[in-house]
Amino acid sequence: MSESNKTGGMKVLVNGIFKENPTLRLVLGTCPTLAVTTSAINGIGMGLATTVVLVGSNVVISLLRKLIPDKVRIPAFITIIAGFVTIVQLLMKAYLPALDKALGIYIPLIVVNCIILARAEMFACRNGVFASALDGVGMGIGFTLALFAMGTVRELLGNGTWLGINVTAKLWDPAIIMILPPGGFMAFGLLIAVFNRFSSVKIRQTGCQGCQGCELQCGKDDGGEVEAQ
Amino acid sequence: MKELLIIIISSILVDNFVLSKFLGICPFLGVSKKLSTAAGMGGAVIFVMTLASAVTSLVYKYLLIGFRPHYDFAYLQTLAFILVIAALVQFIEIMMKKFMPPLYKALGIYLPLITTNCAVLGAALLNIQKEYDLLKSTVYGFGGGVGFTMALLIFAGIRERIELNDIPDALKGLPITLIAAALVSMAFFGFQGLFG
Repeated sequence: MSESNKTGGMKVLVNGIFKENPTLRLVLGTCPTLAVTTSAINGIGMGLATTVVLVGSNVVISLLRKLIPDKVRIPAFITIIAGFVTIVQLLMKAYLPALDKALGIYIPLIVVNCIILARAEMFACRNGVFASALDGVGMGIGFTLALFAMGTVRELLGNGTWLGINVTAKLWDPAIIMILPPGGFMAFGLLIAVFNRFSSVKIRQTGCQGCQGCELQCGKDDGGEVEAQ
Repeated sequence: MKELLIIIISSILVDNFVLSKFLGICPFLGVSKKLSTAAGMGGAVIFVMTLASAVTSLVYKYLLIGFRPHYDFAYLQTLAFILVIAALVQFIEIMMKKFMPPLYKALGIYLPLITTNCAVLGAALLNIQKEYDLLKSTVYGFGGGVGFTMALLIFAGIRERIELNDIPDALKGLPITLIAAALVSMAFFGFQGLFG
């Protein structure tokens, strides 16, 4: 039991980083991916904030999954998520004011980040607490890595720095367009293309239509799910 | 009056919600495949965003900070707004079904998607950040909705043409769509100097 649990746990963790990377493969949570990745450090900050919310909401929803009636589960999930977002927002304001200012309105907007609701709906509401927490960590790391990659590309090309360290800024003029909105779309498109090129499985073509568009229902099997229990 | 005009023009063109603020990217990429669906989604978003901006502005003023200095519920902002928006969307859906069946038929399937559209919550939060009053908030919400719809319609037209072209395998689907979005966003960047 403990052995199978271990491998299952590892599988759940890695699943979020590569196989079902929320940003590059499932194309969820595109808004923060594009908006805050003007520098690598912002990407990490946003990724970690989302990870904390993801783990928290996954654990609580998994604990309450037998208590929440099926009909009102979406409002219940959103309330739980909004609670965690508020906690993260207040903590950031208190301890990381600079980052809070850089991320601004996108911190409260974690509430409507599809990744979190999608994980609640697809994983947390039908798996145990431990597996759900691991899923949150895995998905969070996958999201953070993707944001970090985006931030790195954009900061390097657009500002000539990396994590604030001067890299190419003195060698040639950085292309400022990369840290402006058009550069965000461009970098994201190319990043997905590269990820696509080097992986055998094709990316989902349609993109996210809002979480309720996915028509995934609690308890319904949707194929690519890892059963951890 | 002049101020309202500036708010509406800047929210549509200069600070376009989708192309320069990155709000509502999910539906922007999701439903921009065909012009007809884009128009339906756009109409629903304008409607909900205008109403949600007005209602959240009232909720903030009279409930969240209404009891100052004794009680201050401003920290509940995010939680309150998302619940207001979710309830509003549900309410509009029910009312529309009963009183405006043709409109409901046209917009029906797009309405539930709007709860998770970050442009709506974004507009509500920005209204508070910019300290707009009820009228300005409503105008800002409306302008943001129109801007969203415009971007969506332009982009749907472009995407219908992309479909017909020969694209490298790795770029097929989302990547080429995003690169096209980059070009549209660049075009909108031209408006940036409008009120500079």
